[in-house]
Amino acid sequence: MENKLIIQIEKLTKRFPIGKGEFTALKGIDLGIVEGEFTGLVGPSGSGKTTLLNIIGSLDSPTEGEANVLGQAISKLTAKQAARLRKENLGFIFQSYNLLAVHTVYENVEFPLLLLHYSGAERKKMVLDALEWVGLTEKIKSKPPQLSGGECQRVAIARAMVKKPSLVLADEPTANLDAENSHNILKTMKKLNEELKTTFLFATHDEKVISYLNRKVYLLDGKVDREEIVSN
Amino acid sequence: MIRFLLKGLFRDRSRSLLPVIVVTIGVMLAVFMRGYINGIMVDMIEQTARFTTGHVKVMTQGYADNIDQLPNDLALTNADSLTTVLESEYPGVTWVSRIKFGGYLTVADTLDRIPAPASAMGLDLLSKGSEEAERLNLKKSLVQGHLPKVSGEILISDEFAGKLAVKPGDLVVLKTSGTAGHFHDDTLKISGTIRFGNTALDRATIVTDLKDAQKILIMENRVGEILGFFSSGYYDDETADPMLARFKTLNSSAEGDLIPQMYRLRDQEGLSLYVDISQGMGNIVIFIFMIAMSLVLWNAGLLGGLRRYGEIGIRLAIGETKGQVYRSMINESLLIGFIGTIIGTSIGLSLSWLMQTYGLDISEFTKASTTGVMMPNIMRARITPPDFYMGLVPGVLSTVAGTMLAGIGIYKRNTAMLFKELEA
Repeated sequence: MENKLIIQIEKLTKRFPIGKGEFTALKGIDLGIVEGEFTGLVGPSGSGKTTLLNIIGSLDSPTEGEANVLGQAISKLTAKQAARLRKENLGFIFQSYNLLAVHTVYENVEFPLLLLHYSGAERKKMVLDALEWVGLTEKIKSKPPQLSGGECQRVAIARAMVKKPSLVLADEPTANLDAENSHNILKTMKKLNEELKTTFLFATHDEKVISYLNRKVYLLDGKVDREEIVSN
Repeated sequence: MIRFLLKGLFRDRSRSLLPVIVVTIGVMLAVFMRGYINGIMVDMIEQTARFTTGHVKVMTQGYADNIDQLPNDLALTNADSLTTVLESEYPGVTWVSRIKFGGYLTVADTLDRIPAPASAMGLDLLSKGSEEAERLNLKKSLVQGHLPKVSGEILISDEFAGKLAVKPGDLVVLKTSGTAGHFHDDTLKISGTIRFGNTALDRATIVTDLKDAQKILIMENRVGEILGFFSSGYYDDETADPMLARFKTLNSSAEGDLIPQMYRLRDQEGLSLYVDISQGMGNIVIFIFMIAMSLVLWNAGLLGGLRRYGEIGIRLAIGETKGQVYRSMINESLLIGFIGTIIGTSIGLSLSWLMQTYGLDISEFTKASTTGVMMPNIMRARITPPDFYMGLVPGVLSTVAGTMLAGIGIYKRNTAMLFKELEA
């Protein structure tokens, strides 16, 4: 089977204005991510991994160079087109879960589908499937404050996965979890990657996450320092 | 999606209950204050209209120019035919003739007493179907005795009666100068004493029948003034202005001091300011409450925005545009505004109804009133049709305005910072 390149980054540079000067967060990055990868951008704080994740997630745009994500040049997208790319094709997992506290587990997972205008029956099936993937079918009526940290992050994963996106971006997804929950979460994501062929891209410096990655892209001072590919 | 947002709205009490309470209180106060101030102003104006100005008044130019001196030598002539013309030209308006005059009053058969200055009102009390006694609330204002039943009977203010040491049934002598410049005495019988509730009137007023006044002053078929009262029971410029214009047309060729002129209520006794305040007060109240509530709700919106920072961030990350998030917040505020307005208007109208029905007795405070405007003893609210919907202005507009101001932050939010912000 031919490997489909879903992210293609060429000579990507990102500069931020700081006072009267500029800070260069990314310096001429070249990178390609193939569909189905379980890849991590690894590096210390300030290495540029979150900035790169932002650009790939169409939350920011490059200063120079280009990032093509699912065939769309990020630098050329309007705010509406960027929002549409995120809505239809991308899933996000955050360090702090960011669930809607007044809504139930079911409603939190259902939310991205409402934006995509799925019918009620379709939404129900997709939400229950997603909750089954993360093992939370018993908690559909619970609200986030009633859940543990690990359960909250599993809800966040279900919310990111429910629309079956082509790409899931996760920024330090285990930073707030203990070791046991971290491993459970990572196993869940790995399972979804293998079963649904969803591409996962992490930004992390957590050794537990790194140990699950198939491909590790090490960033240092805004540049790709080295890469490691782990064969299964 | 709407259901989803509604669930969030109603489950998060700080987003729903607090703003609804703010809007409810604001609208309730706005509706009540509007009704109450309107009621007070209208009552003051109408009280003055009933006793002094009418909604419109016809007098001669000369009489109007010297009205403080009650110049009955410049009174209207051919009063009966003038009234007939007025009734035919302005159907639906009630026209009543009055004579005001001054004199000295003393007790009959006590020549050693110094006569006391008296202010007299000649009203149509004895004609069949006359509403003057009812209009001036004379029956309920009686302290002793009864209203005049026959010619020669008068009412006297209770305070004045006390000063003269007279009571119903006593005879008094009224010394006046007639319109021809002659002086003469008329003996009249006190039928009752009365309390007007107005210091100026209570000091030294007597009330005679109009025909008696005409007889005393030798003013056959002449009256000082003819007052017109609108069928609505309330003064308004929209009714008065065309009447005035029409009256000018009818008398366009006439000149001189004795030519009848029509005057609006607002042109008399300095009432113009009161009428303007009465008409504009509702809008002023609404405007003040709208600004105050906008500020409160703006702050509530800002606090809500801070509380919902994560929610808004995740919605932007998941794929909602800033415009969609902003619009959904405006829609939420519209709903909150409507709910608060309905509850606030209901409570405000209920309070207004109570104040309209029972009122607030301020007679103790009005005893020293010396202005031309007559203060009613009981301050009442007045519910008008706009009170049923005017609450929407502060209720909905301020909620939306507050949210719009608070929501501007959404547009200032940098999506590139979402990952960083949502880590907190």
